[in-house]
Amino acid sequence: MGLFDRHAGLLEAYRDVRTTGADPFQIRMERVLSPTEAIINGRKTLLVGTNNYFGLTFDPSCMEAAIEAIRAEGTGTTGSRIANGSYSEHVLLEEEIAAFYGKKHCMVFTTGYQANLGVISTLVGQGDHLLIDADSHASIYDACKMTQAEVVRFKHNDPSSLESRLRRLGDKPGNRLVILEGIYSMLGDSAPLKEFVEVCKKYGAYVLVDEAHSLGALGETGRGLCESTGVLDDCHFIVGTFSKTLGAIGGYCVSNDPDFDILRVTVRSYMFTASLPPSIVASVRQALRVVKARPELRKQLWDNVATLYDGLSAQGFKLGPEHGPVVGVHLPDRMLAIGFWRAMLDAGIYVNVAVPPATPNGVSLLRCSVCAAHTPQQLEHMIEVMTGIGRQLGVLSGAPKLRVVAGSR
Amino acid sequence: MPDPGTGEQLLRTAHQLIVENDDVANTLELPRLASRLDVIREICRHLAPYQAGERPIVGATVIAKDLTIDSLAIMDMVMELEDSFDVSIPMNVVAEIHTVDQLADTILDLRAKR
Repeated sequence: MGLFDRHAGLLEAYRDVRTTGADPFQIRMERVLSPTEAIINGRKTLLVGTNNYFGLTFDPSCMEAAIEAIRAEGTGTTGSRIANGSYSEHVLLEEEIAAFYGKKHCMVFTTGYQANLGVISTLVGQGDHLLIDADSHASIYDACKMTQAEVVRFKHNDPSSLESRLRRLGDKPGNRLVILEGIYSMLGDSAPLKEFVEVCKKYGAYVLVDEAHSLGALGETGRGLCESTGVLDDCHFIVGTFSKTLGAIGGYCVSNDPDFDILRVTVRSYMFTASLPPSIVASVRQALRVVKARPELRKQLWDNVATLYDGLSAQGFKLGPEHGPVVGVHLPDRMLAIGFWRAMLDAGIYVNVAVPPATPNGVSLLRCSVCAAHTPQQLEHMIEVMTGIGRQLGVLSGAPKLRVVAGSR
Repeated sequence: MPDPGTGEQLLRTAHQLIVENDDVANTLELPRLASRLDVIREICRHLAPYQAGERPIVGATVIAKDLTIDSLAIMDMVMELEDSFDVSIPMNVVAEIHTVDQLADTILDLRAKR
């Protein structure tokens, strides 16, 4: 048996995808022009699938901070913080994130994936119990494979499903750790966190919330779902990423636990990978200042979310359950989703296509992520294009009320 | 229909039709003492949509191989079975289960340990 034979099924599915004429998993951005536009296939394309929620990738102050840091401290750290030591800026960034959340401790990781992978797999071990939402991100599932703890899934966003699983554990020894996400990355729905926290308190379970998609977007000061639901103090661990709202790359975990820092010498995804380069640390520190100083970006984001979500909904598209910076558009099957995605790219609009097994319940989606920097005109144009394609492909019924747009803008 | 417990052909009774088709019946709490056959029937009810061709689903059916079910759907089915039988089956245990029989035995073992 050849090494790749085990992937035969996937290879076949992937071949199907590529027969549509474009490979959604190998898109080349020939040139990125701004947070909302890039050149793809030689033409200017509207970006609505890049998780760039505040549009800070081109924020002049963040860019200047990064350039300055490269001049001062070079391009990379060339090793892990355990081996090569920390730069002052790593420590300052950790202090600033801890202060942002009002927590005592913060650890910064090289990616958000590594933050989840390392923290979750290390917090629980043999004899402990890890309870995860069924729709958890891959980084959480991968952490489950690495831990010796017993892992049980509960139904997505269902506190009673979590409760029945905590109840069944009865008086079994071992810690209980519950993993939740602020905003789920495929359908853009958020967890009923207050209800979940009540259940966790009742059964003495620790709570870890991944705010990857909710940092900046939710809460009065942008701290995420923990803040907007008023349970910041009840969440023992908050994980997040620098690669979405903060426009760079990296991950973090904050906590008030007095022994938290022991993770620095136990979490392997922290110990055995190179630390973030000075430029990234500098731009992230500045981006965090921007998030704090410019709450209007959050308002712009939500105004844009309303424009896109309500606009698509009014045309008859089936969407995720609530307004969110991620707008998931349901399509009947995988091939139709890929065909729709391709038609949108041809019309100059880039979104993500999400198909099983990367999606919950086997759904096929066009996954759109909204940016504060989108103009209402850009989003209205997108709704018009999607409506036209939706009618052509038979996804939307009824006589066309708008002209079918393809190609030009 | 084939009896999922033994693979033998059984007459489909009106009672079984109700159990299979009536959503109300699905929500009924199963008795505390579920028999092995009850457990296998419940598993087969969940697996029926994934039956490959005419091949009946029996105790020896290898879930991931003989049926058209993917790994995510298996995990979702396990979550439903957990609630039906009021047990939790850890993911590492699920990974070791291959056949309908093994899944039924796991559920019965976990129920016995409660």
